[in-house]
Amino acid sequence: MKLSFSAADEHFREEIAGWLRDNLCGEFEAIRGRGGPGDEHMYVEERKAWETRLAEGGWTCIGWPEAYGGRGASVEQQVIFNEEYARAGGPGRMGHIGETLTGPTLIAFGTDEQKKRYLPGILAGKELWCQGYSEPSAGSDLANVKTKAHFDEASRQWKISGQKVWTSLAHESEYCFVIARTDPGSVGHKGLGFFLVAVEQPGVEVRPIQQMTGTSEFNEVFFDEAVCSADDIVGAPGDGWKVAMGLLGFERGVSTLGQQMLFQNELNEVIRVARENGAHSDPAIRQRIADAHIGLRIMRFNSMRMLSGGGDDGSLQKEAMIYKLYWSSWHRNLGKLAMDVLGPESEILDGGPYELNRLQSMYLFTRADTIYGGTNQIQRNIIAERALGMPREPRG
Amino acid sequence: MEFSFTDEQQMIRDTAEGFLAEVSTSEAVRAGMATELGYDPQLWQRVCSEMFWQAIHIPEEYGGMGLGYVELVAMLEQMGRHLFCSPFYSTVCLGVNALLIAGSETQKSEYLPRIVEGKTATLAYTGAKGRWDAAGVELACTETGSGYALNGICRYVPDGHSADLLVVAARAPGSEGEEGISLFILPADADGVSRVWLPTMDQTRKQAEIRFDQVQVALEQRLGGAGDAWPQLATIIDLATVAIASDQVGGAQQALDSTVEYLKERVQFGRTIASYQAVKHKCADMMLKVEAARSGLYYAACIADEALSESPLGAELPEAASLAKAYCSDAYFFNAGCGIQLHGGVGFTEEYDIQLYFKRAKSTETFLGDGTYHRERIARLVLDGEAAA
Repeated sequence: MKLSFSAADEHFREEIAGWLRDNLCGEFEAIRGRGGPGDEHMYVEERKAWETRLAEGGWTCIGWPEAYGGRGASVEQQVIFNEEYARAGGPGRMGHIGETLTGPTLIAFGTDEQKKRYLPGILAGKELWCQGYSEPSAGSDLANVKTKAHFDEASRQWKISGQKVWTSLAHESEYCFVIARTDPGSVGHKGLGFFLVAVEQPGVEVRPIQQMTGTSEFNEVFFDEAVCSADDIVGAPGDGWKVAMGLLGFERGVSTLGQQMLFQNELNEVIRVARENGAHSDPAIRQRIADAHIGLRIMRFNSMRMLSGGGDDGSLQKEAMIYKLYWSSWHRNLGKLAMDVLGPESEILDGGPYELNRLQSMYLFTRADTIYGGTNQIQRNIIAERALGMPREPRG
Repeated sequence: MEFSFTDEQQMIRDTAEGFLAEVSTSEAVRAGMATELGYDPQLWQRVCSEMFWQAIHIPEEYGGMGLGYVELVAMLEQMGRHLFCSPFYSTVCLGVNALLIAGSETQKSEYLPRIVEGKTATLAYTGAKGRWDAAGVELACTETGSGYALNGICRYVPDGHSADLLVVAARAPGSEGEEGISLFILPADADGVSRVWLPTMDQTRKQAEIRFDQVQVALEQRLGGAGDAWPQLATIIDLATVAIASDQVGGAQQALDSTVEYLKERVQFGRTIASYQAVKHKCADMMLKVEAARSGLYYAACIADEALSESPLGAELPEAASLAKAYCSDAYFFNAGCGIQLHGGVGFTEEYDIQLYFKRAKSTETFLGDGTYHRERIARLVLDGEAAA
């Protein structure tokens, strides 16, 4: 059992850190640390340009196999990349959905045609993707999608109608991947298809959702006879659930240490404020800040256990199953701690009508953390059922 | 990334688990804890002669196995899981660590082989005020010319009534805080030493009060420097803290596992109570606590290894120990408390083991400082920029 990365991995770390030092400057100085959660709507054009710069340096899609233009980077190297990226203040990635979700899905399930058509745009940082999963009646119950797709023999096209929701960056994306019902009489995870749909077309309308933060990172996307070609279904009609679930499996924790670097920056800011305004001498606040520090350190070691692979029986990794519930709960507590450290000043905005400062924005956004990507309640069901072998919830 | 047990470490863990499942049954625990000694001496002899556990991290040159702290932690986790009643913790995690950290070559050569042969040991540093920091050292040592005279009381000493060897911390007259502290090693039957067993709520961990009345110790019985042994004692305490956190992780795991097992059998309203979401969610929270605790513990174990080999990363030991102890204490207490609640009425009975875990959760939480104490140590590091005291 060791705490350290290998010498080769540390060499890789120096390489990416050096590249970021040399490139994340000049015209890109302004976007350092911007565009993260709660800030995704900012500096969109500059961040698109940054995607291109990353691609020129060969730093997009590093985990993809070399045959598809990636570096075939190991899990450790991807973790290091994300950690150094966050450390350097790398801006929120515009291309992350294509890179981490669409690409791996096409590599695993796509046809050669689909790979040729879509992978280069993602690799070059020029074509952005968004995710069409959730619907008003398909939140935690993701399989309950109502959006329909039927194949129009006359035009040889799929026609898609329905509504998606919580689609981040939809208005900036070229493409959306959509799960829709191909078998009209089907229910649940059967009878679904996985489609690659252009956003810029008459049948697609993107409407921003006004959030409690006063900003609109998320959108509703309406499909009204939106079209994609016969070649733009991944897998066969009816295989959509399998493809979609395979895609969720691609998130192997490579972003965890990068995410934790952002959390560390936020905690450092809370500590800075506490030392400045004297809250650090309050015994209760001291306990809570220490608790946050401990919680974040443990999050890191938990990730390292995840990345080292193998549970006790070599298959089920319990430390991986707790990760979402753990980090979302930790982050939500940090949000509240930040406001309590700020005291009365926590209510005062940077400006009108509703300009939140960084900690206020973080505080409000953490209320989403425990909901998206599987609510804390769903996470607890999963842990109880899959890790502890307790009976499954009845399903309608 | 190799932040997981090696095959050899896994084997040590599995061997410990197998042996303890056989010898540390509920009946055996209850028999051991009912005695004043607190354990079965024949079983301890078996552990020493067959398993050689007492020698696990004693270097080979002193007759030990020369393994590291990760292996020790893996073993302690299983002992906590099985409530193993033995002088292992006091002897290995207090006595051996004290000798490894503060002992001279001569002292290590003299005492470590005795422990390998089966002698027990413990550390007595806390006085009647019950503090776990330097101010907790209340025993007085006065120079006599040929050595020192010890006078005063140590309390809350693990296995203090039964250990063969005592490592004690004492302070020079008039000194306070981290100043003036010296360490000594002496046989427990030295003249002027009287030991009183203290009956405890958690009967699986025995404690004693030790009184020193003009106890004469020679110069060569002093471990480390004269009056400046606090840094060494602090390291010994931090290592002991990591060790007790290992026990807590094992106990927290068993509190969860035994509870889930019960829930899957108990039927109410026509279905197993494990099928109720309110119950499942509580168990999920328990698993989160114990897995996170384990992640923190393994970090602390690695750092303890670094500290024992005097590598630079070992400087993190105070933080690592406090991190592990704060989290593991609260996790154990949470899991054992939830365990009683989820067992329902039988959780309150003497018959079911969950009450034993509940009591041990509290006694290990208190020992060497609870979550609040260790969070304050962390707060000093991150808020005040001080080295942890």
